[in-house]
Amino acid sequence: MTTTLPARADSAPAPGRLRAGAGRARRHRTVAFFMAPAALGFLIFFGYPLVATVVYSFTKYDLINPPTFVGFDNYARMFSTEPLVRTAAYNTLWLVVVLTVCRVVFALGVASVISRLRSGVGLVRTLCYLPSLAPPAAATLAFVFLFNSEFGPVNRILKLVGIDGGLWFNSPAMSKPSLTLLALWGSGELMIIILAALLDVPPEQYEAAQLDGAGPIRRFWHVTLPSISPVLLFGVINSIIYALQFFTQAIVAGSAAAGSADVAGNSKYIGAPQNSTLTYPVWLYVQGFRYFNMGYAAAMAVLLFVVSAGFTWLLVRQLRKSQHQEEAA
Amino acid sequence: MPTLTQRTGRARGSLLLCAAAAVALLATACSGAAAPAGGGGAAAAPPGRGDKLTVTVYSKFTAREYDVVTKALNKLRDKYPNIEVRHEGNQDDDKITQSIRGGNPPDVAISFYTDNLGVWCSNGSFQDLQPYIERDGIDLNQIPKAVRDYTAYQGKRCAMPMLADVFGLYYNTDMFAKAGITAPPKNTTELFEDTKKLTQFNPDGSIKVAGFIPSMPFYGNQAQYWAPNFGANYFGPDGKSHLADSPGWKAMFQFQKQLVDFYGGHDKVEQFKSGLGDEYSADQGFQSGKLAMAYDGEYRDAFVKDQVPTLKFATAPAPVLDSMSDQYGGGFTTGTIIAIPKGAKHPGAAWELIKQVTLDTGTLVEMANGLKNVPSTTASLTDPKLVADPQFKTFLDIYASGKLVANPPSPIGDAHLKAVNDFAEKWQAGAVPDLTAGLKQVDAQINDALAQKPTGG
Repeated sequence: MTTTLPARADSAPAPGRLRAGAGRARRHRTVAFFMAPAALGFLIFFGYPLVATVVYSFTKYDLINPPTFVGFDNYARMFSTEPLVRTAAYNTLWLVVVLTVCRVVFALGVASVISRLRSGVGLVRTLCYLPSLAPPAAATLAFVFLFNSEFGPVNRILKLVGIDGGLWFNSPAMSKPSLTLLALWGSGELMIIILAALLDVPPEQYEAAQLDGAGPIRRFWHVTLPSISPVLLFGVINSIIYALQFFTQAIVAGSAAAGSADVAGNSKYIGAPQNSTLTYPVWLYVQGFRYFNMGYAAAMAVLLFVVSAGFTWLLVRQLRKSQHQEEAA
Repeated sequence: MPTLTQRTGRARGSLLLCAAAAVALLATACSGAAAPAGGGGAAAAPPGRGDKLTVTVYSKFTAREYDVVTKALNKLRDKYPNIEVRHEGNQDDDKITQSIRGGNPPDVAISFYTDNLGVWCSNGSFQDLQPYIERDGIDLNQIPKAVRDYTAYQGKRCAMPMLADVFGLYYNTDMFAKAGITAPPKNTTELFEDTKKLTQFNPDGSIKVAGFIPSMPFYGNQAQYWAPNFGANYFGPDGKSHLADSPGWKAMFQFQKQLVDFYGGHDKVEQFKSGLGDEYSADQGFQSGKLAMAYDGEYRDAFVKDQVPTLKFATAPAPVLDSMSDQYGGGFTTGTIIAIPKGAKHPGAAWELIKQVTLDTGTLVEMANGLKNVPSTTASLTDPKLVADPQFKTFLDIYASGKLVANPPSPIGDAHLKAVNDFAEKWQAGAVPDLTAGLKQVDAQINDALAQKPTGG
């Protein structure tokens, strides 16, 4: 009877295993070689700024002199003595909630209409997409003009039908809805993506649902929505990130509404009227680059990163959960 | 001989070690990102007459103004023919800061925005010019005290005034004649009475022509421009904000509210304001005849004559609070500042250039005529070559009045100005029930910002 002893872990590997191991190592090196440019780019343009931002968030740093460690002071200030960060966070949260919902619903609505058009599809699609190509600063200035409460065409048309259009960008209550309208006007990219998803839904599913007696609403609810839900999720995440980063339009609209074209170098107009357009990224920029409080700005950026990552994680988790439930059903 | 597992384990360990080292390196790199403040100390030697070098200048000037300033800067070549001046226009304060931080600053930085001086001075972005001034025996008394004050911070002279802006009252003489007003208002009571006489309403109650609108911040209606006319101060002797204790601020905000109420409320004023053109366009409210009176800087004179030459107007010192009649004739001043950034390659030549454009009478007068700004030295102010029509002369008189007031340079930049202007917006809208309590909140906000700075709080 012969007994085969188990090979010891530290014993020399067989020549075949060695060759296989060498092959694996070579493959790893090849993969690493091809990944290196992307990895390097990721480290330099994402990894380093991220680590640096976290490090700076625990310092007092004026951009010129070496930072000094202050522990959690910046975070403590954010949640206690600094009042405008709360205003800025509220404005951004408002945009995250309202703008995200409106943008996705609007893009879905427009895409649904276009997908049902029988003629002139190309023209309508192009017209709906074109505004998203307009530079944000120019588009905002044009919008501020269109919605000018005194001589803007929108209020003039509204006046013809007996409606008082209001102050739009000059009113703290109307400025954020006005910015939302501006964002909707420029949501052509999302509309095109949703349109592509809508056109990708197999027509047989609609036919089957129709044979089962489903009306347009039930067809939309039970066929269209489940089919395009991944694209809608992308739309929601994209819109949330868009709202969290809302900067140029807010800064230009506030300045233009205050009668000034001087944005660079003048922080006094930023947020006008009454800080209703002061978004979180705008205040972060002002703190970091105008007031030279880079440590505090870094702490704000870390919080923004955590919140946006949290939002994304929650949404992805929710979608996966609902997909699993659907598959199980 | 190590196994594959052992080697993999070691490789992982090495990777972890590398990652930890990278993080440590990054942290070290972050903490050592900038060199210590400095740049002061001894004055750099002036360049030799035959030295060949290029002096780089950053400014925000563009178009016609850029040409005027470039010409003035090039006058340095009369003395140093081999020095080339490279003037980069359209460079705002953010770009100046970025260049200093990046270690590649210009030799000379020109800024329109004196509010940033306190920050630049306190963090060492600009070099101390005092050693140069002492070495060359320059008498700074040729510059008004208020102007000297806004170019220095806590005794550190880190900039020189290139040209000054002075604020006063512009009024439409045709509208004055039509309303039977024979002289510009000298105090706030007269300003209010004249506003009532000059204002015209549409049949629906909206404003057609406003005598004087109180909207703030808007055009020349900035808290800092109004403050001197009401004796309002930002900081107390302790360096902290004391707006709530200042009768001047309260008087200013109450006057503002009086005007808002006269027009029929904030929304009506906002509606009217939104129909006024951009500050530097031909449709600007005063230029388009929709405002009978307006606070503005001396530069408006050139804009009116260029864009609306038919407009009949005159200028006067800004009206002051009734109880401050002895202060009438003065006003707010700010201006263009010029400095040597930390890390400048040719500080000696940079100082020669700064002397040329801030102290040489001929150069100052030429620039003032070209830009329609007030020249900053007393000699240039009375130079016969200075072109001054009656509207512009008002501002020269205000400048020479000895009653000029400037913003106190602060280590928080314009954070305190934003806080006050934000408050003004809310106050006009009726969103602040208690003026004193509201001003106390502004004080808290400003003092919190000051506490973030080593020299503040």
